[in-house]
Amino acid sequence: MLAKRIIPCLDVDAGRVVKGVKFVDIRDAGDPVEVARRYNEEGADEITFLDITASSDERETIVQVVEQVASEVFIPLTVGGGIRTVDDVRRMLNAGADKVAINTAAVFNPEFVKEAADRFGAQCIVVAIDAKRVSGEGQPPRWEIFTHGGRKPTGIDAIEWAQRMTDYGAGEILLTSMDRDGTKIGFDNVLTHAVVEAVTIPVIASGGVGNLQHLVDGVIEGGADAVLAASIFHFAEYSVGEAKHYMAEHGIEVRL
Amino acid sequence: MAQDIVVIDYGMGNLRSVSKAIEHVAGAGDRVHVTDDPELIHAADRVVFPGQGAARDCMAAISGHHLNQAVLEAARSKPFFGICMGLQVLMTFSEENAGTGLLGLIPGRVRRFPEMRDAEGHLLKIPHMGWNRVHQARPHPLWEGVAEGSRFYFVHSYFVDPEDAGRVAGTTDYGITFASVVARDNLFATQFHPEKSADDGLRLLKNFIDWNP
Repeated sequence: MLAKRIIPCLDVDAGRVVKGVKFVDIRDAGDPVEVARRYNEEGADEITFLDITASSDERETIVQVVEQVASEVFIPLTVGGGIRTVDDVRRMLNAGADKVAINTAAVFNPEFVKEAADRFGAQCIVVAIDAKRVSGEGQPPRWEIFTHGGRKPTGIDAIEWAQRMTDYGAGEILLTSMDRDGTKIGFDNVLTHAVVEAVTIPVIASGGVGNLQHLVDGVIEGGADAVLAASIFHFAEYSVGEAKHYMAEHGIEVRL
Repeated sequence: MAQDIVVIDYGMGNLRSVSKAIEHVAGAGDRVHVTDDPELIHAADRVVFPGQGAARDCMAAISGHHLNQAVLEAARSKPFFGICMGLQVLMTFSEENAGTGLLGLIPGRVRRFPEMRDAEGHLLKIPHMGWNRVHQARPHPLWEGVAEGSRFYFVHSYFVDPEDAGRVAGTTDYGITFASVVARDNLFATQFHPEKSADDGLRLLKNFIDWNP
């Protein structure tokens, strides 16, 4: 059977890894190539780069980052952040990315997802969904899509959106709970489970991982095909290898 | 001795990862050429034949680049490594695109995964994407140093079904058991992507570079 995947996620700003990656024995913790190489050695199944470069004249730096990493690290690479046009997708794939994650642009122009999937194949189009619970305590759960880092509601129902994106040719969904992101209290497994049940494509759970049990819960309770985490790996609280062994001990198939 | 290794580029997908992975494991003097030039393919010591996309598009691209003969000649005469669509197009016929004729080097069909459910009743997702085990169906020099049941990275919706089971060098289970590696004489071809399969993938490519069938 397919292994459940563990995906470390790196925020990249103007070509440098940010959010304080802390490895004791790494020469330059801001160098995406070094950090990616480390994650590969630890057994990461994929690596996701999220480009958060704000200044437009430095936006090309992510292309060089992908080129350099893809020349030295031989596992699948996903790039997200600022993917708005078919040309953006092509540039990332040509640089060596295997998949691109489309987020805001999908919300503003859903046809873009269709166009990109038709052109490059569903397998390389990941739709990133930032969802926030909008129903009150005691009500049946309901989540909406939010943009701008979780600040702006769109009124779009997250489950319906996931289904629509699947119909449009998305190959995978990167599902982030904006309620849990940064909290370290675990994934929103109810949300993950609702999306997994609603679509036929793989779902990556994201947002809220604080310990290894959270990764297990994301797979067993949420039903996720893959789990994505940033800080627990960056700060070397746990290595990817430890995470995999922990998951294997809890009956989850992983690549060891 | 320094070798010329050709990665055949017929415009179907980005070959950077393939060529970089080959360079990573190649010898110091080895030259890696990414090309569609039949002369270079003819002159090469070894050939890597990647590919992605739909069967019909791949066949049209191979014809469009006038590569049918060069690919067939290489696949019959020198160490040859097919990857993903570079395996599928070696077969006779694909179910994809309402039926597509292929190069016909290895008798057999390319089939789509049927609708299947796992033990809990969930539909198996297509494409088959991610890390799955490859069981070594028979000994082969390219398996050297690669443990039985190692995981490799797959992305595909169709799989090959060779008529001669003796051609199958590796199998993978995904609802059904399918041929994930086909080999004969000087040819070795994988459904998975060795260039995306971390150390085991690189080991396979390194073994290919050293292989003298």
